[in-house]
Amino acid sequence: MKKLFAALAMAATMGLASGPAHAAEATPIPEHTWQFEGIFGTFNRASAQRGLQVYNQVCSSCHGMKYVAFRTLKDLGYSEDQVEAIAAQYTVTAGPNDQGEMYQRPAEPTDTFPSPYANRQVAMNANNGVYPPDLSVITNARPGGAEYIRALLIGYKEPPADANMSPGQYWNKYFPGHKIAMPQMLVDGAVDYQDGTQATASQMAHDVTTFLHWASNPHMEERKRMGIKVILFLIVLTGLLYAVQRKVWSDVKK
Amino acid sequence: MANTANTGQKGGGSSRRDFLYLATGAVGAVGVGAAAWPFIDQMNPSAAVLALSTTEVDLSPISAGMGITAMWRSKPVFLRKRTQAEIEQARSVDLSALPDPQPDKARVKQPQWLVVIGICTHLGCIPLGNKPSEPRGDYGGWFCPCHGSHYDTSGRIRKGPAPTNLEVPTYEFVNDTTVKLG
Amino acid sequence: MASDYQTPYKGVLGWLDDRLPVINFADQHLRFYPTPKNLTYAWNFGSLAGIALVIMIVTGIVLAMHYTPHTEYAFASIQKIMRDVNYGWLLRYIHMNGASFFFIVVYIHIFRGLYYGSYKQPREVLWGLGVIILLLMMATAFMGYTLPWGQMSFWGATVITNLFSAVPVFGDEITRWLWGGFAVGNPTLQRFFSLHYLLPFLIVGAVMLHLVALHRYGSNNPTGIEPKGKQDQVPFHPYYTVKDLFGLGVFLIALSLFVFYAPNYLGHADNYIPADPLVTPAHIVPEWYFLPFYAILRAIPDKLGGVIAMFASVLVLFVLPWLDRSRVRSGKYRPIFKQFYWLLVLDVLVLGYVGAMPAEGIWIPIGRVATAYYFAYFLVILPLLGVFERPKPLPNSISDPVIKGGGQPAGAAAKPMEKA
Repeated sequence: MKKLFAALAMAATMGLASGPAHAAEATPIPEHTWQFEGIFGTFNRASAQRGLQVYNQVCSSCHGMKYVAFRTLKDLGYSEDQVEAIAAQYTVTAGPNDQGEMYQRPAEPTDTFPSPYANRQVAMNANNGVYPPDLSVITNARPGGAEYIRALLIGYKEPPADANMSPGQYWNKYFPGHKIAMPQMLVDGAVDYQDGTQATASQMAHDVTTFLHWASNPHMEERKRMGIKVILFLIVLTGLLYAVQRKVWSDVKK
Repeated sequence: MANTANTGQKGGGSSRRDFLYLATGAVGAVGVGAAAWPFIDQMNPSAAVLALSTTEVDLSPISAGMGITAMWRSKPVFLRKRTQAEIEQARSVDLSALPDPQPDKARVKQPQWLVVIGICTHLGCIPLGNKPSEPRGDYGGWFCPCHGSHYDTSGRIRKGPAPTNLEVPTYEFVNDTTVKLG
Repeated sequence: MASDYQTPYKGVLGWLDDRLPVINFADQHLRFYPTPKNLTYAWNFGSLAGIALVIMIVTGIVLAMHYTPHTEYAFASIQKIMRDVNYGWLLRYIHMNGASFFFIVVYIHIFRGLYYGSYKQPREVLWGLGVIILLLMMATAFMGYTLPWGQMSFWGATVITNLFSAVPVFGDEITRWLWGGFAVGNPTLQRFFSLHYLLPFLIVGAVMLHLVALHRYGSNNPTGIEPKGKQDQVPFHPYYTVKDLFGLGVFLIALSLFVFYAPNYLGHADNYIPADPLVTPAHIVPEWYFLPFYAILRAIPDKLGGVIAMFASVLVLFVLPWLDRSRVRSGKYRPIFKQFYWLLVLDVLVLGYVGAMPAEGIWIPIGRVATAYYFAYFLVILPLLGVFERPKPLPNSISDPVIKGGGQPAGAAAKPMEKA
């Protein structure tokens, strides 16, 4: 038994050895409470829907989500008609048609959130040479995840006197290196929430991050629900196997 | 191994032991079965494939007696504008003589427009007859060159090995000259 | 050329076994196979590694049904798996975390062998096959990590393939050959996918040979003394089948905790950013299971030297059976060895930690000392201990607790490693 614990301890330490690789940021990211945290975590539908509104009215002017299909919005509690209406707010390039030409048409539920730029070069050209990243998996793609994204969105400060900022750079407390090309977009009242919630900057940051975390992990709820069942099942099975082992070994002299 | 021979004499007796073994085996079997499902289900059409896409087809360039082929869900769809004679021909057939009896009325939404999936119901070839240069078979519809199935002007099987009529997809007329498949 | 095999079975089973004697073979090797009765849970990790290999192959095969090995589509196809394929997220998370767990299990298996002297005569070939399996696993894991075509995939592949540019004279030719171009690109991705699919089956082959070699002399055990008869052994089934299944249950619970509740914890956020050949991530780190080797690579200030040291850190295991001169097999009876052994365990953990840290400041000297100890353990300490260490007295046999020779040092006593 002692050997088992030694082995498990070794396994645990080896797992933790990768810990430091995750902690690269200098400024500690403030803790925030989310409904999607924990083993029973779920996405707050109202918050995610408000987040979509922020995405539609603010983020989408520079960013796309090319892996997130409109049809999946149904998971956030939208009806089929609402999904169609949301998709139709966007324009996508389709084709070629019978004349061999590409054409613009309103997006359909099967389309994904388009980028406002035709390609990477156009996007960089329009943004001082910086490419606004695709947001499909953004909370998985940054150390610190959702906490970092939320903190970043409200982390804008006046640059310190010695910061030496170039045009098109903004000072953000949480951005690595602090000089970020994205201006502060979330100011109080930047959107007018349909459900009447007060659109403060921190409220919008919370909502849009909830939405983006859903976009990055659309199967999170299913995963966590399944996890509980699988682990409880395995505990029962392993317990039974332990009992069988005890029985089988009971007649062997040490 | 000598000291392992006296099984069943001590402990709780063999029936309790057998029950424990059976229960464990049963629970294990349930686990293996449940774990197998994701590996099987992953081969089913994905959510993206199931999210049914629709295709709109412009009918205005088609003249009577002609047809076009549109792609819908990776399959060819035949859209043919039937002449009055072809419509009459399709309606006048004695249903009892058909391998797969179906009245023409049940197969069209507007009499002059026949919309069918262009895949032979025998083994999946694409029948000829949708282009002017192609043979239309003995019944003026389509002819499948693979194994010689003949379809009539309602897309019904008349002769040959195919068991059923050409399938009619879900579609609706958006307006007089546009049809939406799916 | 018919052999004079006589099947021991009757009826249908006998008919089949007479024509295809695998039933008898399986019976001999999985059921009646005599196994030392004193194996601890540390011996669970061999079979567990085998099961981990099967889990990886099965999930890998189904993932390959949806993955596209092309630089334009690889990242997108992973997203398709994660979003649209039925249970795709589950299969991929099992495969991702399964790789880490495979390495955890194999590392514990190796360290168990190191402690109990499982590599010693007559099990040198068994041990060597194990090292080959480790090398194949490392190659497979490295190429697999390239496939998602994220930033870490691309830059990890770039850095590791560049190791070969350290080869004198032909370095550039070799890297170009590996890449199929002037940098890591689509040809590289496609060959890595092909090899990532192939290598696991070579591992299966190596595992088979590993088992053949194992069953030649049987498992080592905590005393390091060969069984001296039936009183020291139990048949493999049901004793070790059920014990291995219990171990599997514990393993699956641990794996599930990661798959369902921390699926990306062992990975890097950067790999969710599509590969960009123009931007190197601020901090390139290999997967955790390569960190000790990465630390050894960086500990040597010379490019070629670092590469040689890194490969040598694995290859030294091949000659380990001849470096350890002690005639006592199990570390249990070697008081001084024991201390150096646990220092090695700590040393490898330190190397892993250093490997995750940026190569600067205090981490450089720590990495060098740890690297020096790693090699010293195999090349200096083990050979010397064989000469100078006074082992504790050994018991007579696995079942017999009576100490042989009443406290006389066993190293001097009659060949403890021989079979009775």
